[in-house]
Amino acid sequence: MQKSANGQAQTEAHGHRPEGLRRWLTTTNHKDIGTLYLWFSFTMFIVGGIMALIIRAELFQPGLQLIEPERYNQIVTLHGLIMVFGAIMPAFVGFANWMIPLQIGASDMAFGRLNNWSFWLLIPASLLLVTSLFVPGGAAGVGWTLYPPLSIQMGMGMDLAIFSVHILGISSILGSINIITTVLNLRAPGMTMLKMPMFAWTWLITAFLIIAVMPVFAGAVTMLLTDRHFGTSFFSAAGGGDPVLYQHVFWFFGHPEVYIVILPGFGIISHVIPAFSRKPLFGYTSMVYATASIAILSFFVWGHHMFTSGMPVAGQIFYMYATMLIAVPTGVKVFNWTATMWRGALTFETPMLFAIGFIFLFVMGGFSGLVLAMTAVDVQMHNTYYVVAHFHYTMVAGALFSAFAAVYYWLPKWTGHMYSEMLGKVHFWLTMIFFNMTFFVQHFLGLAGMPRRIPDYALQFADFNAISSIGAFGLGLSQLLFLYIVITCIKGGPKAEAKPWDGAEGLEWEVASPAPYHTWETQPVIK
Amino acid sequence: MTQQGSYYYVPSASYWPLVGTLALLLLASGAVLWVNSYSLGPLVVTLGFAVLIFMLAGWFRTVIRESESGLYGQRVDASFRWAMSWFIFSEVMFFAAFFGTLFYARVLSVPDLASVDGQLLWPNFSAIWPNAGPGYKDRFSPMAAMGIPAINTLLLLSSGATLTWAHWGLLKSNRNQLRLGLILTIALGLLFISLQAHEYSHAYSEMNLKLTTGIYGTTFYMLTGFHGLHVTIGVTMLTVMLFRVLAGHFKPDHHFAFEAVAWYWHFVDVVWLLLFVVVYWI
Repeated sequence: MQKSANGQAQTEAHGHRPEGLRRWLTTTNHKDIGTLYLWFSFTMFIVGGIMALIIRAELFQPGLQLIEPERYNQIVTLHGLIMVFGAIMPAFVGFANWMIPLQIGASDMAFGRLNNWSFWLLIPASLLLVTSLFVPGGAAGVGWTLYPPLSIQMGMGMDLAIFSVHILGISSILGSINIITTVLNLRAPGMTMLKMPMFAWTWLITAFLIIAVMPVFAGAVTMLLTDRHFGTSFFSAAGGGDPVLYQHVFWFFGHPEVYIVILPGFGIISHVIPAFSRKPLFGYTSMVYATASIAILSFFVWGHHMFTSGMPVAGQIFYMYATMLIAVPTGVKVFNWTATMWRGALTFETPMLFAIGFIFLFVMGGFSGLVLAMTAVDVQMHNTYYVVAHFHYTMVAGALFSAFAAVYYWLPKWTGHMYSEMLGKVHFWLTMIFFNMTFFVQHFLGLAGMPRRIPDYALQFADFNAISSIGAFGLGLSQLLFLYIVITCIKGGPKAEAKPWDGAEGLEWEVASPAPYHTWETQPVIK
Repeated sequence: MTQQGSYYYVPSASYWPLVGTLALLLLASGAVLWVNSYSLGPLVVTLGFAVLIFMLAGWFRTVIRESESGLYGQRVDASFRWAMSWFIFSEVMFFAAFFGTLFYARVLSVPDLASVDGQLLWPNFSAIWPNAGPGYKDRFSPMAAMGIPAINTLLLLSSGATLTWAHWGLLKSNRNQLRLGLILTIALGLLFISLQAHEYSHAYSEMNLKLTTGIYGTTFYMLTGFHGLHVTIGVTMLTVMLFRVLAGHFKPDHHFAFEAVAWYWHFVDVVWLLLFVVVYWI
């Protein structure tokens, strides 16, 4: 796609950097900050994963065994918030920090100090969320959507969640402003918008979505706060407000948010598939327009989360068709990935396995999304396990699989070593099998009528729940293998070349592996 | 200060982000304690504010020194422009949530409560605006548009003009015009805030219009309150600009901070015009 004129970037690092803990606390280096983001994300992935395992352990058989129902609700809520805001979003910001300056030929992100602040703000935000489990009354137990009137009635755990969301919002808005500025202003000479790597493109659009909707979420939780403590009537019918108003404001944020957690993944897949197919990405320009179309459409579909909340028929029909329209640009993307593989010289290293797994499973998640988009069907399935299965197919098999693909794809660039391909493949197959074991059966549970967010269920759901719980523990334990693979790769392993994948394209492969502390101090010129 | 790469300034390691993180941790946890009536709350919030102000002063001092020593080239300047534009866009969306709420209350939720279904629950409720909801039994007076709000509109519009006049002075290297324009802008902003404070106290003491006055009081105070907060931030930033002007900062071709504050001020101005129309007037 693009070639730099002066090849290898300089490797010598001038300028001092503090050593030890100070290096990480005060750093303005995009690679350091990317590393911090990625380790933070993995830590929260484990925390949220342990919560998921508590949920699945409780649901292994009918009846109440392990935890109180109130505690169960709190863990369900925190699992959702932590996975979305603590695990997935920081993982993608980590990739963006590490890779976007390398990919566009910039020496660093546009704002180094601000970048560091965006990261460190995640720490108090996650502290507030996790400590809320231990305050009087426990954490918020309303589900990650924080719907009133229940969220108005919760104890101080809810306030901790509200302020945590505020800080998370500041963090991701500042991070997005940084990314958007970097992409728009720091590209190498000659790299026009339509020569930009797909990952930079998808992040540009994602950052726009974040800046557009995170403030709306901040507004929504501010309204919750004032309704809780200052006597306002936003969500109180007696005062002329409406609890459904919260759902509108929340999902105006919430639906773009689900694309925020998937679009960077689309970008990653758009690098991995061509690299291991040894062909350029099929339909690059249409990929860009498809991504932009998904982002624009995401502002007009929030009502599909509210089909059972009470809505005029005209509204239901509008949101139904608008939602189905999103399948068109998404279909373009899936078509293009498949067409990229068509007649390619395919090899199946771990990143490629995760990418193909992503396409296969994400398409399934997309199809169950189409099922749920139909108002008449959704009225039956709303708040059942079918919805849980649907969004785990998009968020775990979508966002998480693409994050795994990214880690394996770029790990040689980060560490200078090759990971164990054999163990990587084992990790993929364990994840693939246990993922489907956990979540595929949840479609049947939902179709049979099992509601989500309950600690106990009727006997007829027992078998599928047992299967799902066994799968979940397998899925969770498999991730320890991932941690082992990454750590051994950091510590040693075969030396990685500057471009370890023969089919890979892009500027990031023109700097040495591991990437030196400072790269592209002279910008490459793109022809 | 290490200059890494000739084409772009990358700052060296800094503690300010960490200090800012501590400030927000204190502010958030203090606020949680405060709203839950723990006596420690106000103290922690005050401490958080102190750390926040320390951070803002220290971080901006660093940035101003870097700027004045000529470390920021054209490329950094362009970055600042993008960043400030996107930041203002995020503020637009924050206000949009509250304007949307007002729209929703007036067009959907209040008429709904007075609809045929609503009549079963609230038989004597009618959907007139201003409205404090069917559960509100007291009397209150809504805020009229002509009076203080109209004067405030005039004040803010004039402040936009004086700020542009100050900017012209800066561009023409007419420092007297720049100084005078800035001082006038700050004075108009302060006058706006005082009138707004007077309006609030009048509403609370004589009109029985409070934050708790149903959806009307809610939207009125939240919208005008957040706007007032932004005016206060704007006046603070303008004051910083005045001190920088007095210290001899800014050149006709290098004064992004001034422009950023001006953008912010005009944004606050536009929000007020919308407020004046949809909150006070119609």
